[in-house]
Amino acid sequence: MFGFHYRLERKTIGLVLGIIGVASIGGLVEIAPLFTIHQTVEDAPDMRVYTPLELAGRNIYIREGCYACHSQMIRTLRDEVERYGPYSLAVESKYDHPMLWGSKRTGPDLARLGEKYSDDWHVAHMINPRDVVPESVMPGYAFLQRTELRTDDLGKHLKAQRDVGVPYTDDMIANAAADAYGQAAPDSPAADGVTKRYGKATTVRAFDGKPNDLTEMDALVAYLQILGRLTDAAHKPVATAEKKP
Amino acid sequence: MVAELTKNERQGALVILLALAITGLAMAAGGRGDPFGVHGALVLVTAIVGIFAVISGYYAPEPSPDRLDSYYDTPTKFGIIAAMVWAVIGMAVGDWVAWLLAYPEWTFDAAWASFGRLRPVHTSGVIFGFGGNALIATSFYVMQRTSRARLPDQLTPWFVLFGYNLFCVIAATGYLMGVTQSKEYAEPEWYADIWLVIVWVVYFVLYLRTLNRRKEPHIYVSNWYYLAFILVVAMLHIVNNLAVPISWGSAKSYSLFSGVQDAMTEWWYGHNAVAFFLTSGFLGMMYYYMPKRAGRPIYSYRMSIISFWGITFFYMWAGSHHLHYTALPQWVQSLGMTFSVMLLVPSWVSAGNALMTLNGAWHKVRDDAVLRFMMVAAVFYGLSTFEGSFMAIRPVNALSHYTDWTVGHVHAGALGWVAMITFGAIYASVPWLWKRNGMYSAKLVEAHFWLALAGTIIYVFAMWNSGIIQGLMWRTYNESGTLAYSFVDSLVAMHPYYIARAVGGVFFLLGAIIGFYNIWMTIRTASQDEAAQNTADRPVAEPAVGVPALQPGE
Repeated sequence: MFGFHYRLERKTIGLVLGIIGVASIGGLVEIAPLFTIHQTVEDAPDMRVYTPLELAGRNIYIREGCYACHSQMIRTLRDEVERYGPYSLAVESKYDHPMLWGSKRTGPDLARLGEKYSDDWHVAHMINPRDVVPESVMPGYAFLQRTELRTDDLGKHLKAQRDVGVPYTDDMIANAAADAYGQAAPDSPAADGVTKRYGKATTVRAFDGKPNDLTEMDALVAYLQILGRLTDAAHKPVATAEKKP
Repeated sequence: MVAELTKNERQGALVILLALAITGLAMAAGGRGDPFGVHGALVLVTAIVGIFAVISGYYAPEPSPDRLDSYYDTPTKFGIIAAMVWAVIGMAVGDWVAWLLAYPEWTFDAAWASFGRLRPVHTSGVIFGFGGNALIATSFYVMQRTSRARLPDQLTPWFVLFGYNLFCVIAATGYLMGVTQSKEYAEPEWYADIWLVIVWVVYFVLYLRTLNRRKEPHIYVSNWYYLAFILVVAMLHIVNNLAVPISWGSAKSYSLFSGVQDAMTEWWYGHNAVAFFLTSGFLGMMYYYMPKRAGRPIYSYRMSIISFWGITFFYMWAGSHHLHYTALPQWVQSLGMTFSVMLLVPSWVSAGNALMTLNGAWHKVRDDAVLRFMMVAAVFYGLSTFEGSFMAIRPVNALSHYTDWTVGHVHAGALGWVAMITFGAIYASVPWLWKRNGMYSAKLVEAHFWLALAGTIIYVFAMWNSGIIQGLMWRTYNESGTLAYSFVDSLVAMHPYYIARAVGGVFFLLGAIIGFYNIWMTIRTASQDEAAQNTADRPVAEPAVGVPALQPGE
């Protein structure tokens, strides 16, 4: 073995090919089957896609680096299930490009945050977290309230999402900007389009309390309120995939 | 610097910079109203400054053919200074965000100044800015010496270094503007990723070209590690960053993978960024600088073979231990745990090989702070790889995951191992590179050593305490069978440890600033002592007598 190596280390290309070969095996064995084994991701027929407003909110969550302190992955441990809710299923992040499971809980897990608090609470919390949680160490995000949401490129966002596998329809892509506005303006004519395209259960509210302005705060709160609510698969007693023949 | 380039190389530099300027202009025009356009302008300005620099030195006389009798070290000098600049920036931002966790009001009411945007400036600043520049700089130095061959040309190493630092600047300024993919340690967006691939391929080819000119039949062990670092980082970087941009004029892209597949890909990347960026390359550094400084040969050739292939093979399986008890299938978690535990063997073989090398030189460890930096690095390498294997065991991970324990573990490795071996290597090579008898002040090296060690220990102990307390509080039940503590209770309990951690960071940062000052003064103090001119430190000339010492490719 050492004699073989004694000869190998005299050949640059031999070393290069050896490193590539040896280093490829682990990833191939662990990652490739995740795309082919059906049971990896459960079936959830009721799963819906993010609305344009929620997707914009998700992008703000990414932009501000929220994932550095908040996980979105409840583990299969008793205390986590009691603290946060039913453990997370793979299907719940099936449309998450990229996933935001996180790796650190400087703040609590957010996988089941949706509709746990009111919109008003979220807005106040974002403007200054210590107004509602005195011990909090979270930064304030008051600027979200004074920043208008960019909607003109939302169609492109949905289009790119479809390119990577999220089932957005042509109708959804064409009306992305209008739907973003409509979801935060319940009394406007655009609001009907949102429920028509994304389902009756879609939350249509003036998230930041001001139906006339579409701000980044609207988008972020809309996203926080949908967390854990795209499907109710996790609330069923047994994961659906196990029932399949 | 331009004076060291040949006429052809100066023309080549102008062509590259012109192409870069055109790319920058196109980005700036296509990305108006988007951070993408700002980065386009940044690229354009950088390229224009470069063009002016090349033109101003264009008519300088060509470098003399004598240069081929010595190694080409100016890029290494630049890389070392760049590494120290990034060290101070990255550590300062890191300490600032550490204070923010204790006192969240110590910032500005501005988007760029919030924790979430500053944290990746810290992580990328120290990993890619400090670590990356140090790796590239030392790899140029080591591959020339261990091959006894000069770099094949003068332009390519500059392309690699400037290109790499341009990537780092785009990454850091992008985070401040909110440009991020959110993939931890792979935050830069698609265009920065493509640029890094170009730089990296050129770096790899440069490495192969130099190795192919070697006058030594065998490739030294340091070069195996540097090669693994370059190759595997390229594999990881390309796969994990596959994404579809929303348009050619926008910084935003969406990852090709989603959910569980994305999580596995990300942590396959993330853990092996630790393995091949923060371990493999730095082991290459250690295998050269430690025996050189100690004046002892590597203890065991066979141990270095076993540890090299063991690390290269086992590490790639270990990433899934970041996803214990999650929605990742159990069989992948179990594989990750198993290989993480097995990984302890090659890791300790490496650490043991390093420490055994010091046998017969322990009096030097006592007297020489530079060698002591390297010794302590090997000890921390052993400690943090043991801790890593331990934390990868599923029930242990149930407690440690999501807590500060992970942060403590990472910093035991990053401060104790990566930064210490880097400071050791830099302190060793600065006098060699600038032809000085020694560092400007040995006392300041000593001060840096103790500040760095104290800072690391304070930091790691603070995070062990806070992490374990956090983990225990989250799972404690009271007598009636309900959870005993709210999340906020655990947050309040962290406060003293967050202050202690930030203080440890101040110690470490102060050490780095002192080191920077010491290096700067060493360079400025011109003592061209004859004794410092090491006549043996030059490439082997062609054996044929009477033939000019030109090398192939010139």
